[in-house]
Amino acid sequence: MALSATQTATIASLIEAEAHRQGPLLPILHAVQQALGYIPADAVPTIAKALNLSRAEVHGVISFYHEFRTEPGGQTTVQVCRAEACQARGSRALEAHAKQALGLEYGETSADGSVTLEAVYCLGNCACGPSLRIADEVYARVDAGRFDQLLSRITGRGDAV
Amino acid sequence: MSIRLFLPQDTTACALGANEVASALLAAAAERDMDIELVRNGSRGMFWLEPMLEVEEDHQRHAFGPLTTDDVDLLLRCLLDDLSVHPRYLGPTEAIPYLQQQQRLTFARAGIGDPLCLDTYTRLGGFKGLQRALQMDGQQIVDEVKSSGLRGRGGAAFPAGIKWQTVLDAQSAKGQKYIVCNADEGDSGTFADRLLMEADPYQLIEGMLIAGLAVGATRGFIYLRSEYPRAFKILQQAIERAEQAGYLGADICGSGKTFELEVRLGAGAYICGEETSLLDSLEGKRGMVRAKPPLPAIEGLFGQPTVVNNVLTLAAVTTVMAEGADYYQNYGMGRSRGTLSVQLAGNIQRGGLIELAFGATLRQVVEEFGGGTFSGRPVRAIQVGGPLGAYLPQQHWDTPLDYEAFAAIKAMLGHGGIVVFDDTVDMADQARFAMEFCAVESCGKCTPCRIGSVRGVEVIDKVRANVERDNNLILLRDLCDTMEAGSLCAMGGMTPYPVRSALDYFADDFQR
Repeated sequence: MALSATQTATIASLIEAEAHRQGPLLPILHAVQQALGYIPADAVPTIAKALNLSRAEVHGVISFYHEFRTEPGGQTTVQVCRAEACQARGSRALEAHAKQALGLEYGETSADGSVTLEAVYCLGNCACGPSLRIADEVYARVDAGRFDQLLSRITGRGDAV
Repeated sequence: MSIRLFLPQDTTACALGANEVASALLAAAAERDMDIELVRNGSRGMFWLEPMLEVEEDHQRHAFGPLTTDDVDLLLRCLLDDLSVHPRYLGPTEAIPYLQQQQRLTFARAGIGDPLCLDTYTRLGGFKGLQRALQMDGQQIVDEVKSSGLRGRGGAAFPAGIKWQTVLDAQSAKGQKYIVCNADEGDSGTFADRLLMEADPYQLIEGMLIAGLAVGATRGFIYLRSEYPRAFKILQQAIERAEQAGYLGADICGSGKTFELEVRLGAGAYICGEETSLLDSLEGKRGMVRAKPPLPAIEGLFGQPTVVNNVLTLAAVTTVMAEGADYYQNYGMGRSRGTLSVQLAGNIQRGGLIELAFGATLRQVVEEFGGGTFSGRPVRAIQVGGPLGAYLPQQHWDTPLDYEAFAAIKAMLGHGGIVVFDDTVDMADQARFAMEFCAVESCGKCTPCRIGSVRGVEVIDKVRANVERDNNLILLRDLCDTMEAGSLCAMGGMTPYPVRSALDYFADDFQR
């Protein structure tokens, strides 16, 4: 899918804003993803040219990091912590419930585009797990009931998606 | 006169409802026409009591917690009358045994005031170390850090002073050296870096300034994991305010010395907590581990001499410089000097941050501070040092928290994370997860790590399915040996630790 004129302009201005930094690639990718929700494939040649890198190098960086996405995600991203401290408090049950309630596997987005489910390895809330992150908010001691409650808030419905 | 209240803006406090309590409090106070001043401080680190509100009365702080919005009305009434009648009243904060029994050096200021208030920071002893460092030359600062015995708190425990000496002595072709703070706190069960950055960010800035003065570096980067959005905002604001106040920039405190600092976000790669991978990531590359030598101290960021230290190492330097090497050195045991910031996590009644001189035992921390499991069931295994640390059974719980004592039992203290599991844990599950995690997070540069971890998952699955179980158990141990001996960094090299400890101490779990 070709970039819209607005997207092209946004990407150009973000590159310009970040290019003065030492090692500007990650800051640029973060900025593009924050502005557009993802890093479109067509942004890669533009970024590569601006930084005098090959397209393969830019693609390689995007694909290395779990956080960068090359396709639009859902309106809200829900991350379930899979790391050990949360496992000790029941995160395996929470992750099974989350997948079932949303009908999604990790990395998938709901058909209506409202929610993307992701795995995360540690949110730094290890004393009060299981932990969940929705957008930039972390939630502690999340069990199945609490998950449904939080989910209904983002989907605007009482039941699961 | 208004009543001063303190309620943390810390990630865990907010995850437990601190923002909701804050809104309820402000609304209820407005309704009653009560004059309150609500300071959003950092956390004291007693997470089981969060959201924990403090009230300042006669220069003493009194604590209430854990609070919900339902507690707010009665709380406001108690503020005008008798604090102690509130069912959530905990007494004077400093007298809470969990806090009182700690030896807080690095976390002494955590949770006292607004983390971004520079006046609070200086009033509580902040920048004292920097002022002293500004009177000294680089070699004198390095000598002070060396004689403090401070070792890197990120996990490898390398003497900080020796690393600094190498960078001080190194010649930079471009005339540029760097200070890089490793704030990619990815180990499960650790949150001390986050807590410090959210509660006392100027301490990290001060530590980096001192490091810059010591080795002659004029630029610093904090590489922060993107899973910490709250810490990111706080650090950005702290840097901005420190610049405006003349602590950062072209003329630090009128000394003519320069130090510029920038915070950079990672992008969800555990391996970037490994220092050379972190440097590649900062340079804008895939976070691939570099072969050593050359050491980052000689050829680090952009090929220039670079100090890479953990958040807590840099923070500890401020204490060393403010109070002197002898003061710091007086804490601890053996070659582990100073304090360790233990993070008590997982299935634990009273989880939180416990700063203690090295030497307390694992059992003391888990039982006396932690109060046992959250579930109330018996503790079965304790994983120390993050996902690459061993799972320890009861026979090892009297091991003192000391780098050498842990190495002697084929375990590691790492960054001080302690994750408690009760008796419902399936240790074959945990061993499998260790391999799975390595497969997900390996940078892929070396074969034992990249492929060994995938094969590790498969072999454990066969063991559990009872497919040639005995042979596959031998194969699994063999694989562990290969990964340990043949991997470039600790990711592949130490993934065998949790796996072997599960096999050694919890063998029954592989026989079901």
